[in-house]
Amino acid sequence: MFEVFSFGSSGWGDEMLMGALMTVLVSASSLLLGILIGIIFAACKLSNIFILKIVANTYTTIIRGIPELLVIYLLFFGGSGAVMYIAKIFGYDGYIELNAFTIGTIAVGAISGAYSTEVIRGAVNSVHKGQFEAGKTLGLNGYGLYGRVIFPQVARIALPGIGNVWQITLKDTALISVTGLVEIMRQSRIAAGSTHEPFIFYTAAIILYLVITRLSNILFDKAENTYSKGFVSKEAL
Amino acid sequence: MRFELMYESFFKIIEGIPLTLQVVSISTVLGLALAIIVALMRISGKKSMSIPAYYFVYLIRGTPLLLQLYFVYYGLGQFSFIRESILWPILKEPYWCGIITLTISTGAYSSEIIRGGILSVSKNFIEASGALGLNKIKTFLLITLPITVRQALPAYGNELILMVKASSLISIITLMEITGIARTIISKTYAPVEIFLVAGSIYLIINFIIVLAVGLAERKLGTVKAN
Repeated sequence: MFEVFSFGSSGWGDEMLMGALMTVLVSASSLLLGILIGIIFAACKLSNIFILKIVANTYTTIIRGIPELLVIYLLFFGGSGAVMYIAKIFGYDGYIELNAFTIGTIAVGAISGAYSTEVIRGAVNSVHKGQFEAGKTLGLNGYGLYGRVIFPQVARIALPGIGNVWQITLKDTALISVTGLVEIMRQSRIAAGSTHEPFIFYTAAIILYLVITRLSNILFDKAENTYSKGFVSKEAL
Repeated sequence: MRFELMYESFFKIIEGIPLTLQVVSISTVLGLALAIIVALMRISGKKSMSIPAYYFVYLIRGTPLLLQLYFVYYGLGQFSFIRESILWPILKEPYWCGIITLTISTGAYSSEIIRGGILSVSKNFIEASGALGLNKIKTFLLITLPITVRQALPAYGNELILMVKASSLISIITLMEITGIARTIISKTYAPVEIFLVAGSIYLIINFIIVLAVGLAERKLGTVKAN
């Protein structure tokens, strides 16, 4: 039964592990893109400029109200066209095709960015006003204030939320298998099709996802402990 | 922008709304029943009940819905004993596979919401109702349940929206609901932006109605002071 998972050209073991690696890679790059988008749109939501607030609210409402699959179809079918359109403005007339990894990262990154926006906005809001005032009193501004005083506190508060976003992102990457990127989902479909053993390969895929979830939970718990050094938990008080 | 195409495709895409709503409502009702059972198992205090419930929720929340859908639709059909069983007329239909998968998924997610709602009911209420001479079943039905419903409602509203979004996945197993029709039109006309706007707006309107309805229900039920 398990010979289908042997390594090398006769089995699917190494292919499945490569698929798992691809899932982790595309999830990680989507999460990073999402956090970047989250920082920008959280700043928009927290700003006093009306139009920026509207843009950020529209973005998060649309992403949270529309199926992920539709967003992926939009970028899969329309992504290359949009890039070529922008390239034309800059005078480049050739044909550009985005690969599945890039499209997947942009699509899932845009989805996870909406969730990151809310997490980061909440975290910035929960930093005490006195911290900003104290920083300014000390003569800090720009990087000194936001990079050295505010960011470490935001990161600590946002970390559990980002952990949740990571879980959502990880599961959303399964959807980009429809665009042809060979990650766990796609690989198990290919293997199930060619061996006529769908049950065993989808079970293997379930186990791979659970292992990745478990390992990343451990990592996030460690990071939370590191960032929370010097803080007494509420239960201890 | 090809507005004429948007106009034409709008009338094609709305034909998928009944299927989306049908699948969502059937699996929401079945899933709610499953969720109540799982939540009661989790808080029963008996290890033989709470441990299976915990792992069920862990398994469903830790894996992508698409994988669960493939597992039910393609994976189970591999075995001849399933193909020969009385369940096969149901399990061979993509429609029922979609409903089964969505039911299991929302059952797991909602059980956590219901569990949180039940646990948020203050012990004082339970003690007071005991002091008034109500038995366990009456306490649950008259005291715990109404407060749980009120507490869980906002989170359950989110779950309903997630269900509408999740129902788009059944288009991958050949069901022609909103996303399925939209995808077909995109690959025929190659106008992804226009079709995305049309299909996306329909989903936004459905979800907006859910938000309004849940908000109305919340106001109707009033607020509960947890302590």
